[in-house]
Amino acid sequence: MFFTYLRRELRRRRKAALVVASGLALGIALVIVVNSVANGMGKAQDKVLQSLYGLGTDMTVTKAATPAAAGGQQPRFQFGARGEGDKTTQSSDRVRVQGFTTLASSTVDKVAGQQGVAAAAGGLNLSVVKVSGTFTRGQFQQGGGADGFRRGGASGGPQGEVKGGGADFGINQYSVYGTDVTRTGLGPLTSSKITGGRGFKTTETNAKVAVADSAYAKEKKYKVGSTVTIKGTAYKVIGIATADSGDSAADLYIPLKQAQTLADEKDKVTTIYVRATDSQRIDTVKSAIQKNVSGTTVTTSSDLAKTVSGSLSTASSLATDVGKWLSIAVLVAAFLVAGLLTSSAVSRRVREFGTLKALGWKSGRVTRQVVGEAVVNGLVGGVLGIALGLAGAYVVTAISPTLTAQLGASGGGFGGDRPGGGTFGGAGGAGFGGPGRQAAKSLEIALTAPVSVTTIALAVCLAVAGGLIAGAFGGWRASRLRPADALRRVE
Amino acid sequence: MYDLKNVTKRYTRGKETVHALDGVDLTIGDGDRLVIQGPTGGGKSTLLQMLGGLDRPTSGEVVLDGTDLATLGEARLTRVRSENIGFVFQSFNLIPTLTAQENVETALVPLGIKARERRELAADALNSVGLGERLGHLPSEMSGGQQQRVAIARALVKRPKVLLADEPTGNLDEGMRDEIMDVLERLWQEHGLTFVMVTHDSALAKKAPRLVTIRKGKITVKENAGA
Repeated sequence: MFFTYLRRELRRRRKAALVVASGLALGIALVIVVNSVANGMGKAQDKVLQSLYGLGTDMTVTKAATPAAAGGQQPRFQFGARGEGDKTTQSSDRVRVQGFTTLASSTVDKVAGQQGVAAAAGGLNLSVVKVSGTFTRGQFQQGGGADGFRRGGASGGPQGEVKGGGADFGINQYSVYGTDVTRTGLGPLTSSKITGGRGFKTTETNAKVAVADSAYAKEKKYKVGSTVTIKGTAYKVIGIATADSGDSAADLYIPLKQAQTLADEKDKVTTIYVRATDSQRIDTVKSAIQKNVSGTTVTTSSDLAKTVSGSLSTASSLATDVGKWLSIAVLVAAFLVAGLLTSSAVSRRVREFGTLKALGWKSGRVTRQVVGEAVVNGLVGGVLGIALGLAGAYVVTAISPTLTAQLGASGGGFGGDRPGGGTFGGAGGAGFGGPGRQAAKSLEIALTAPVSVTTIALAVCLAVAGGLIAGAFGGWRASRLRPADALRRVE
Repeated sequence: MYDLKNVTKRYTRGKETVHALDGVDLTIGDGDRLVIQGPTGGGKSTLLQMLGGLDRPTSGEVVLDGTDLATLGEARLTRVRSENIGFVFQSFNLIPTLTAQENVETALVPLGIKARERRELAADALNSVGLGERLGHLPSEMSGGQQQRVAIARALVKRPKVLLADEPTGNLDEGMRDEIMDVLERLWQEHGLTFVMVTHDSALAKKAPRLVTIRKGKITVKENAGA
């Protein structure tokens, strides 16, 4: 009887049912589109963040910033002219730790031992600045012109000027990442694919081997088998790595121990990459690390995402803020309209329900009938809404608007700053120039709107909730009907 | 069967208080046939609602087989209605989306009878009122007289002790009126139930063995030995 009555009533009031279902459908479709676009934003951000973090990293641990560390020391290069007419190339390179702050290697094990941590791997980020060129001594000539460099002056000594001389130096700055070759599943190298040669073997903990980023290798004409010299140490290039998206985290990757030796930072790391056992408990793990491993800063993907700017960030804000509130507003309006229409339908059926109560139907049975009709309305709205939402998400994915993401240099401790080269020359002064890679990264990502099972489940829940809310309005009214009043009513 | 003691029902309309029933005392025996008559607004329907447990008196007792309906909880009152009392209304009050058979079944739903048995009982009840060929028809596909016969079948399908009819012929023409009254009288005799009917129709009232006239909430009872 319940289903027969329900089916017939819905058929009789199909126009009203369609209005209720359409309202709910609109709200649900909006939720699906906003959710799927937000998912797409999340995936786009993940792609951006992968270029910094690598795959599978949920958070990084770095040393907490201190005022002393923030100042840092700039490398100094000292060159001097040698013998007259000497044009020998002089070269000097400085290896320094990026960010100037390090953690003891033992911290990696301490972090790995925290509850909720699945794996942890340390890495050392280095910045290498190599200056090389020639310094020519100037020639002193007596009896020079007034514009020349005068010696003696008022003392009346011999007068003359220095002519010629100067410097011609080039600067090569690049980044080196010391990777823990025993834990290759974590760290920035995971965001790149080995497209030539091979990756590190777990036995190469202190081997003089390097993996070069494909862009850097192309620029420097490195190939598998080439030799790269860093601060006087030669490394054999065993592989070429190509970043999955955007810029690579470093130009060269070498075993961690080698990096520690180069930087004179024995048993030190700059960054610890952490993977949590449960991606839903990242905040808990973060709190545990911050509490139990003092003097550290823990940065999660969501922390890092806050440093993303550009149209991706704007669109993400729109999706999460405007989209969310718009969805809520439409849903609330749809629920209210559904509730009021259901309540109004009950008003029109007062005598019908009064009769059923007079026949001995309990209030609960009458209420269930009303709620049942409303829930079916909600489910119809849900089906329509899901279809509409899937169509909307499909359109977004088909259009795939391109978004630009700009990342701050501070994010995750990777800067990748590497001015290409510079010269300074002439007797009078020196200046750095030439094209250089900016500290901030800029990436273009195509937006998609993937619809997850969770989103569909959410839509179904909303449809049922909408039906229940609408049913609650009508059911409450129906349950309060007194049969005598209902039968007295003339329709 | 029924024993009404000093039953009063007052309604408040704005500042005015209406005495729909004013100290009504009435006894109705098992198998009695009673007609309630009176002017519009005199309290006829209110009295019928008290008898049917659809409304509660402001004061007094409405005792049905030893149980005071005035003090029963809502759940028990609903149960009394579902098991013991059949209603027939002036406007038939059928569910428009349900067929004749399904409408009759609605009276059996609260009794927890299984669907198959419900269908059989409903078909039997409709056969007994001459609508065996109309089981699958919707109310909108039937005449007023046929609709009222469906309502009568619905009232009697559960074999109640009491049949309460509120102007059952009020919406019917004269021919239909006689037809319906014949059906009601036949079923009253066959089922041996107590039958209380409210009517405006003096012709019907004259045929009743007991006539209750109600004016301004007060009743007078007249026995009609010839009926």
